[in-house]
Amino acid sequence: MDSNLAEKPAAAMPETGSVRPRLPIRALLIRYGFLALLAGLIIFFSHATRGFASPQAAVFILQSVSITGILALGVTATLVVGGFDLSIGSIATSAMMAAAYVMVVLEQNALVAVLACLAIGALVGLINGIIICYMRVPDLLATLGMMFLLIGLQRIPTEGRSIAAGMTMPDGSTAQGAFSPAFLALGRHRFDLFIPNLVPAAVVVLIVLAVLIWFFLEYTRFGRMMYAVGSNARAAEFAGAPVKAYKIWAYVISGMFASIGGILLAARLGRGDIASGNNLLLDAVAAALIGFAVLGAAKPNAFGTAIGALFVGVLLQGLTMMNVPYYTQDFVKGAVLVIALVFTFALLGRNGR
Amino acid sequence: MADDAIFRIAGLGKAFGPNAVLRGVSLELRAGEVTVLMGANGAGKSTLVKVMSGVHHADGGSMQLGGNPFAPATPAEAMGAGVVTVHQNIDDGVVGALDVATNLVLDQLNAAGQGIFFNPRSIRRRAREIADRMGLELDLSAEVADLSLADRQMVAIARAMAHRPRVMILDEPTSSLSSNEAERLFTLIEHLRAQGVAILYISHRMSDIRRVADRIVSLRDGRIVGRFEDRPLDYEGAVNAMLGRSLGPRNITSKAATQPVFAAEGLQLVSGALPFSFELGAGEVVAVVGLVGVGKTRMAETLFGIHAPVDGQMRLDGRPYAPANPAVAIRDGVFLVAKDRAKTGIVPDFNIYQNMSLPFLRRFSQFGVARRRAERAAARRQIADLNVVCRSERDEPATLSGGNQQKVAVARWLSQPSRMLILDEPFQGVDIAARHDIAAKLRESAADRATLLFLTELDEALETVDRMLVMSEHTIVGEYLNREGDIDRLLADVAGGGRSAA
Repeated sequence: MDSNLAEKPAAAMPETGSVRPRLPIRALLIRYGFLALLAGLIIFFSHATRGFASPQAAVFILQSVSITGILALGVTATLVVGGFDLSIGSIATSAMMAAAYVMVVLEQNALVAVLACLAIGALVGLINGIIICYMRVPDLLATLGMMFLLIGLQRIPTEGRSIAAGMTMPDGSTAQGAFSPAFLALGRHRFDLFIPNLVPAAVVVLIVLAVLIWFFLEYTRFGRMMYAVGSNARAAEFAGAPVKAYKIWAYVISGMFASIGGILLAARLGRGDIASGNNLLLDAVAAALIGFAVLGAAKPNAFGTAIGALFVGVLLQGLTMMNVPYYTQDFVKGAVLVIALVFTFALLGRNGR
Repeated sequence: MADDAIFRIAGLGKAFGPNAVLRGVSLELRAGEVTVLMGANGAGKSTLVKVMSGVHHADGGSMQLGGNPFAPATPAEAMGAGVVTVHQNIDDGVVGALDVATNLVLDQLNAAGQGIFFNPRSIRRRAREIADRMGLELDLSAEVADLSLADRQMVAIARAMAHRPRVMILDEPTSSLSSNEAERLFTLIEHLRAQGVAILYISHRMSDIRRVADRIVSLRDGRIVGRFEDRPLDYEGAVNAMLGRSLGPRNITSKAATQPVFAAEGLQLVSGALPFSFELGAGEVVAVVGLVGVGKTRMAETLFGIHAPVDGQMRLDGRPYAPANPAVAIRDGVFLVAKDRAKTGIVPDFNIYQNMSLPFLRRFSQFGVARRRAERAAARRQIADLNVVCRSERDEPATLSGGNQQKVAVARWLSQPSRMLILDEPFQGVDIAARHDIAAKLRESAADRATLLFLTELDEALETVDRMLVMSEHTIVGEYLNREGDIDRLLADVAGGGRSAA
């Protein structure tokens, strides 16, 4: 048997399946290229600007990507099952408005507000999943429709007004409630880490969720089956997997992560701002797609998504500190995304979505 | 006699890398005649068609059309010279969003020298000409997407005929048609024959072949192994040649079942098919054999809970067995190595051990966390057991040969004990060495379960199984032990001799 093994390595390669041995340098580039680029950026900005290489700047970067990062981790779950969720941005803003409404108008406490937001996220995710799996609406279209629906829905209770303590209600009365201090702490409290008042709560939430979803996708049975569904749904079905259930769960996860992002947004702003959160969707999707290129994965993965979000944050912070004008930010993000996608699909030769 | 051949192929060879698909094919097609080409999967039929239609280029040999050398560089060139192909996949031949008239003249619209604007009335007029010439009775303003498959195919053929071809190749044209629809196609083929077109008709379906064939050639392993021209045509001989009984001494000692495991009573797979019953026992390896399209995959998937039977009962170990989905079947110990591993078996993003543990991940998990070490150990055992050629259990399936990919797909289901193991075409796209490894492993491990294979190639059945059930038109029509003497009657059954059940 062993002689047989030794005799015909790569002998009977099929016409389609054969892979030419890659040069080690190319393999290294594919695997570590993006991480090396990130390290290079950090070193460059540390030398080129004053104050970039400080704990405060590092924390600031993490804080700036915390909300989009959380949304990106959620959308990664839907990418894993071969889907897509365009409604995450509007789920986040809806959750923000809901939190403000629950506390300011309904005069409830922080816990009720948080639970209401999570319930909204889970419910919207569930509806997305059901529309996609049982009504056979393509994922992009279903979640696009849901996005519009939520953008409109979140304006109805207050007739299009932003929600803040002491606001005038549509019926002329004044809202009696206010943002509870416990809720605002989610956005403003800073934990001590060697330096007092260093790490914001939002950053802690981001890191905890990133580790959780990474472990969930990489190491649990559920995560593995989600990858199987995304890679070959029919094979997963023939292996006994309830394919639709896994897909619906992915949208529920995505919805709940987005609503957590919305909670943090509300806590940071301290009001339900009708005009905020416009960029959340695009930034989050960009981070998740940039993640394809990290470690040569060529598929959605939580670690890559986190690195993708960080990459954008480092780049924007560094450029800002070098006095590059703010209006170039979207251009920079877009360029990074395009380069990462070319890297993923051209160099790795995979054709995913 | 071959002097009046309009299309002539001599010594055609074609290889993909080290894999020789055509090994010297010689063939003549005559005007006004339907030549049926029979061949099992992998015999080289589609490669031959692709060389004739200019998709692939031959490595050796020659083709002649009407006495002139014919070596098309592109499909368009072949079509221009008068060799037209209607492919198996009907929707490749038509544009669903356009109406019938536009579809009929689509090629002309793309031809050089056409204006930017098109005149609906002239299109309608030209389309009408084409339709009339073909005897096509369709509403020209209907959208093609709304037509039945048969009508779409008629449109594709009519459009092909607008080129006034001298040779028409029909690649399994009835594979997705009902018998009524097929009858309309045959009428059309008679029409073409009367117009003096030389037709190469590729099919496995005996009923089609009996209906249209003027002569039959059998292709096997890239060579023409039989020509049948004398009337009445020797259909049995043609099937025999295609499946090839060039067998050495069989090394099978037929085993009888020790105890019954699975029984089906009055099982009806699709409405209109005849119900059938059979039993399987522990320790025996049984094959369901039959030509392509007789319902073997339907039956395999019904036993695995993907389709519900129209009628009938199944019992497993004496208890009623009616799986609602594959998960239930797997729980009850019924496993299926599905046909076409790329679509239904292998997960391309998973490495070997992840592919092997896929259906049994729950058994490899503790508190929902997969125990990779256990998965890898199990995969290593299977790799050694089945002699999978790979570097390690972490290789991606894309780096494996077809035979080794199939070994991974089979090993997945051998890694856990089963009551009934079903394998649908487990030797498709598998080299001989791998086939022998898999077959030996199946027989060696068969003691405690029923093993049921679905096979088109008789060879594979004869060298693997103890007993054979013959399938035709979604029902079982015969049963044979794998021993000399029974085999000749079996061949007659496979060819559908004398049988034309509903």
